[in-house]
Amino acid sequence: MFKDYDVIVVGAGHAGCEAAHAAATLGSKVLLITMDMGRIGQMSCNPAMGGVAKGQIVREIDALGGMSGIVTDKTMIQFRMLNRSKGPAMWSPRAQSDRWKFAEEWRLRLEANTNIDFWQDMVAGLLIKDSRVIGVRTGLGMEIKAKAVVLTNGTFLNGLIHIGEKNFSGGRSAEKAATGITEQLIQLGFEAGRMKTGTPPRIDGRSLNYSVMEEQAGDENPEKFSYTDTPPLTKQKPCYITYTNQEVHEILKTGFDKSPMFTGRIQGRGPRYCPSVEDKINRFADKERHQIFVEPEGWDTIEIYVNGFSTSLPEEVQHKALSKVPGFENMRMFRPGYAIEYDYFPPTQLNHTLETKLVSNLYFAGQINGTTGYEEAACQGLMAGINAHLKAWEKDPFILKRSEAYIGVLIDDLITKGTEEPYRMFTSRAEYRLLLRQDNADIRLTFLGHTLGLINEERQKKTSSKINGYKELIQQLKEVKVNPEEINTRFEQKGLSPIREKTAVSILLKRPNVEVEDFLGIKESIDIVFRKNKEVVEQAIIEIKYEDYFAKELSMVEKMQSLDDYILYEKLNYDSIQALSTEGREKLKKIRPKTLGQASRISGVSASDISILLIHINK
Amino acid sequence: MSVNSIDDTIIAPATAPGKGAIAVLRLSGKKAIELVASVFHGKNLLQQNTHTLHFGTLRDEQGMVLDEVVVSLFIAPQSFTKENVVEISCHGSDYIVRKIMELFIRKGARTAKPGEFTLRAFLNGRFDLSQAEAVADLIAADSEASHKTAMKQMRGGVSEEIKKLREELINFASLIELELDFSEEDVEFADRSQLEALVQRIRQYVYTLSNSFHLGNAIKTGVNTVIAGRPNAGKSTLLNALLNEERAIVSEIAGTTRDTIEESSDAIEAIGVQKTYEKIKTSSILVYVFDVEQTSSDEAQADILKLMQQGMSLVVVANKLDLKPDYRDQVLPHFMNDPVLYLSAKNKEHLEELKNTLYQCAVGQQNMEDNTVITNTRHFEALEQCYQALDRILSGLAQRIPGDLLAQDIRLALYHLGLITGEVTTDDLLGNIFSKFCIGK
Repeated sequence: MFKDYDVIVVGAGHAGCEAAHAAATLGSKVLLITMDMGRIGQMSCNPAMGGVAKGQIVREIDALGGMSGIVTDKTMIQFRMLNRSKGPAMWSPRAQSDRWKFAEEWRLRLEANTNIDFWQDMVAGLLIKDSRVIGVRTGLGMEIKAKAVVLTNGTFLNGLIHIGEKNFSGGRSAEKAATGITEQLIQLGFEAGRMKTGTPPRIDGRSLNYSVMEEQAGDENPEKFSYTDTPPLTKQKPCYITYTNQEVHEILKTGFDKSPMFTGRIQGRGPRYCPSVEDKINRFADKERHQIFVEPEGWDTIEIYVNGFSTSLPEEVQHKALSKVPGFENMRMFRPGYAIEYDYFPPTQLNHTLETKLVSNLYFAGQINGTTGYEEAACQGLMAGINAHLKAWEKDPFILKRSEAYIGVLIDDLITKGTEEPYRMFTSRAEYRLLLRQDNADIRLTFLGHTLGLINEERQKKTSSKINGYKELIQQLKEVKVNPEEINTRFEQKGLSPIREKTAVSILLKRPNVEVEDFLGIKESIDIVFRKNKEVVEQAIIEIKYEDYFAKELSMVEKMQSLDDYILYEKLNYDSIQALSTEGREKLKKIRPKTLGQASRISGVSASDISILLIHINK
Repeated sequence: MSVNSIDDTIIAPATAPGKGAIAVLRLSGKKAIELVASVFHGKNLLQQNTHTLHFGTLRDEQGMVLDEVVVSLFIAPQSFTKENVVEISCHGSDYIVRKIMELFIRKGARTAKPGEFTLRAFLNGRFDLSQAEAVADLIAADSEASHKTAMKQMRGGVSEEIKKLREELINFASLIELELDFSEEDVEFADRSQLEALVQRIRQYVYTLSNSFHLGNAIKTGVNTVIAGRPNAGKSTLLNALLNEERAIVSEIAGTTRDTIEESSDAIEAIGVQKTYEKIKTSSILVYVFDVEQTSSDEAQADILKLMQQGMSLVVVANKLDLKPDYRDQVLPHFMNDPVLYLSAKNKEHLEELKNTLYQCAVGQQNMEDNTVITNTRHFEALEQCYQALDRILSGLAQRIPGDLLAQDIRLALYHLGLITGEVTTDDLLGNIFSKFCIGK
């Protein structure tokens, strides 16, 4: 009934969709297996993409040839560039999405790719031969062969949903859990764990009183995620902000004795940065109120997502408490919030390609690796899809460095340090944060995407011309100068100190609060220089303004790179190296780092351990 | 954890500390020749052949001559480490060696770890396996020993202080990171003026600690002191009195006792006047001794003016008080604003006063209340780097630069403090954020 596939992708969430799309685009024959064809590309939690650090990841996915940026651009209802008042490394795109259109767009994109076949079924086990995966076995009992398999099971592996004292098996609200895979992998020697996450109630928007809430509108000039020519938004839908209060907190507390979190029924570890509302009022008792973001789920729907009110308290307590929130007095609920526990596999069991160390040609991406977030999942899916394809076609793997992309930071963190709680990306995780910006993801990654075969000639050329354009502009701005009498009035109006002699525009641009606009309309010789594509001008200004900071960061990259150039060969016998510290040796044996740089990032491996390894690899 | 890059240029004395006509310092690394050339006055070292010797002076950033030296060049790969190597032969004084080391560290070199020259030689393919094993064991042994030493050296709660300091800085950093990573949420913003006050305070502490290194060094390597005076002023008697009575003057502060006064076999009168001056130049304390019977105060004043060098501490000793006990009552001019010490070296009278004065000169005007002393050169380097980063944070705050740019130097400051305490940074930051602030939608 089935042909042999190059790559089978299990699961069709953000990770699975990117994985299937990437492998198929590169030329693999792909089978995408999902338990429900109607739920491809679901946004299981909040209807939004991007945000701080996450937005940078979506830009990176786009620059490499992934689809998340394009799908988001086509289906967003609001766009904001967060952190505009901070340095450019912090500018972070964020979109509110239309949940249904988002899923539909993904499905149509995948359907348009003739290399992708679909099958609706549960995968109950893997076909393994000589420590190598050769296919999957489904719930219906089918055996389907493939050269590589990507598992993106999300929260479905032995998923257990909790609402108050009730709990039941399920992968998402009203969806069945998946069983069989965890048990098989444990038998094969994998270590498994439990994690927990939660989601807030969904509300009938017709029952809310928005007049008592603060409106949060989109940007006046909305930008977008994709470097392709997706159209920018012409109209947008606002979100609203309201707050909890003491009364709400008191009502929530009446449910604490039935809370699965506080009574210990939930064993899995939840994310500290995405706490449930009961956790917030419990841990931060002195805080009088907590913010709630009222987010529409789409252009036309009345469904509302109550961001900030994730909870697993009994549904009647949820209802009673939420009704005391300003604007929610007459609130009608669609469904209560819940917590879900699911299996994950500590990601230190993976290589940088996301292939498992125990079973070759088997790849993990997304929540199965202990991460959280659509963007984190999507980028892992992309990397796993690419590497599964490369492996199936016996080509060299594709790995991003920590200095090249947030994606590189994420995967290196996961496989080197593991994670104790659902892993979300933060800019503070990236040691080279100033280099990993949303404005230069194309400059950093497009050529890599092109070499892989995910980015076409046209996009590569576009990036080249952006690079040449901004470099040329920087040169021109070094040459074109203004006289004091031409600029000082403007500077004084802005409260900036005047200049005394003819000065190059590039030098003045380095000053804080000096912008391109300050130089426009002075003389044609300056105006003509700025008459370039907006992206090119922005890039040049960023490079000029923050040149010194970037240079400092680059010199750090260079310094650390020397350690990453030392490869630790696979069969290195750490037990034979007497001088290693005991803790260092145990950690090295467990993680088996690929390079000395990676070894140095493992907690418990000391500086002297690294020196000793240096000696041994030089034998 | 962190590792020093092997691309750095490293420096260490190649000769044992203490007495010796000359001392040799060795630099190895890509930039070794460049670094030396930048402070060497003589031929342009960048244009010289390998295996050549060059005479000249080393000068600090202010143009002050540190010493006359002979520099030997070994251009890669024709050197012990197969990297660029420069050996500097200077006068055999711990003080000079330290000054030269400090100069190069400020210029970007790093103190070599024990065995690091050998390690590099190995890495660059100089040795066979058995020799390499020995190096590995050496490093392992060293890290153990140096850890213990470091713990011992940290008297008076320095390690506690650094931990506290680092925690405060982490708090600061967390506030900034919170602003950056959770800007969308209902978080308090870091009050810049409070942050500025905090950084000022931390910087002051780092400054004090880093300064205490000079005391630590005084303890470890001694302070060059010259006793000068006219023939028969009683210099040798004074020296012997000091040495015989108690060899270690500052033993009560340090765990590690060492002579503060180096015994010098050649009495000053035995060597020529020129040599006396040279010796004085390399010293940091001048003890001028005069015979109250033979030398008038005007003559003493004239001598001192001739002998004194810039930056030097002066101690004036009116000796042979036993022969003229009433001399003390005479009104003497204050030399260079310092009071005169009256004593009898022969009878060992009033030596305590002299010791106290010498101690003050050796350790400088530091607040010694908490007894915090840094003696480890790597700790000193880390503090210096931290200080510079803190300085940049302050100027960044003054210019109101955005948080992510401020964070770059905050991270650097934390990194350098972490080098002392051996702790990681980013995980700390996030852990701190999650434990202290209510964030998350």
